[in-house]
Amino acid sequence: MPDRADVIVVGGGVVGAAIAYELTREKQKVLVLERAFVGSGATSAGMGHIVVMDDSDAQLALTKYSRSVLDEMAADMPSACERDVCGTLWVAEDGPQMEEVRAKQRRYAALGVPCEILDTHGLTLAEPNLRRGLAGALRVPGDGVVYPPALARWLMDRAIEGGAELRCGTDVMSIASGVVTTDRGVFTAPNIINATGAFAPLLSPGVEIVPRKGHLVITDRYATFCHHQLVELGYLASAHTMNTESVAFNVQPRRTGQLLIGSSRELAGWDASINRSLVQRMLERAVEFMPRLAQLSVIRTWTGFRPATHNKLPFISRLDRDGLWIAAGHEGLGITTALGSARLLTDLILGREPCMDPAPFAL
Amino acid sequence: MSDVQITVDGRSMRAEEGVTVAAALVGARIVALRTSVQGEPRGPLCGMGTCFECRVTIDGVQHQRACMRLVAAGMVVDTRD
Repeated sequence: MPDRADVIVVGGGVVGAAIAYELTREKQKVLVLERAFVGSGATSAGMGHIVVMDDSDAQLALTKYSRSVLDEMAADMPSACERDVCGTLWVAEDGPQMEEVRAKQRRYAALGVPCEILDTHGLTLAEPNLRRGLAGALRVPGDGVVYPPALARWLMDRAIEGGAELRCGTDVMSIASGVVTTDRGVFTAPNIINATGAFAPLLSPGVEIVPRKGHLVITDRYATFCHHQLVELGYLASAHTMNTESVAFNVQPRRTGQLLIGSSRELAGWDASINRSLVQRMLERAVEFMPRLAQLSVIRTWTGFRPATHNKLPFISRLDRDGLWIAAGHEGLGITTALGSARLLTDLILGREPCMDPAPFAL
Repeated sequence: MSDVQITVDGRSMRAEEGVTVAAALVGARIVALRTSVQGEPRGPLCGMGTCFECRVTIDGVQHQRACMRLVAAGMVVDTRD
């Protein structure tokens, strides 16, 4: 144990690991307390789509910045992280959606995010397994994929190399200014960060984050079946309907040749059981876009819980008491935004000029 | 049972109709039926449809368990996908 930690990070998911990594780089003595093991929660349930998203200006700023930090680190990333800059295709079904594609293209281009519009023919050439007659797509070539638990593990390992300490199997019961109480004793540090995702309200009552359940399906290996992360343009609308079940077409090629098929959103508390009718709707939506998916064999289906906030933005902020901080509520974007969140929080804790406007992420 | 002609990895061979594809391949000394993610050869293990180690492409359909399919005349099997 560091003789005395400067910062205790509660939660060893990808966000906690990224924070531990960033703070350690700034010579802070970091202690990470994790209930199970690194990346054991929402981190290992997700797809690992690294994506610039434009639901709001703040989301655009955070995702773009975070993606650039990942790009800078890519050369050192071990192959276990399965990084693949495959690009995203935002697929438009009809003319009105094509108008949205053009608007999206203008927003991305204005911020210097490279992208290009594909017409119906270009889309067929790019992804022959999509159904014919789709209107087109926005291609964002700098987006990609990582294997989330491996990314979290790597960030944590780098933090440990830099002097951080990790205690797994440690259940945190409460946090207060300067003090963390666990089932394995009390730990103290001037700064304490709640990075427990959808569990954050248990330690910081009043913080509004809810578990938003999702399903993923993974297939056997079918190399070259698709080449980009494919997302229907209506995905954002699905992500917005907070109170009802929703599905959206979202297919991702893995380095292994496997395909991940999503996505679903529902509020079901912490019930992790498979909602078969929702999985059916999700797969039917996928097959509408890619008819040949119906012939592939699925090997596993699982659920996970996105830490959802009311405005689709994480809290990266001071809490109401001295030395207490929060970095939680990343919804379905935690893998993309962990590193940007970590930089912003590190700036706030160290009292530096922040790397981006912190106001949209304030509690 | 009678011998029929099947094609394995582009080569014609005779196999007994009605035995499993896995048995026919092993009988022909073809034991590596696929390649793992790490590039290692894989072959039939459980012989009863559980382990999925013996997957091959049959008549263009990938990931068929060789131990669960029976040899039929004209079948095209590929162990290289």
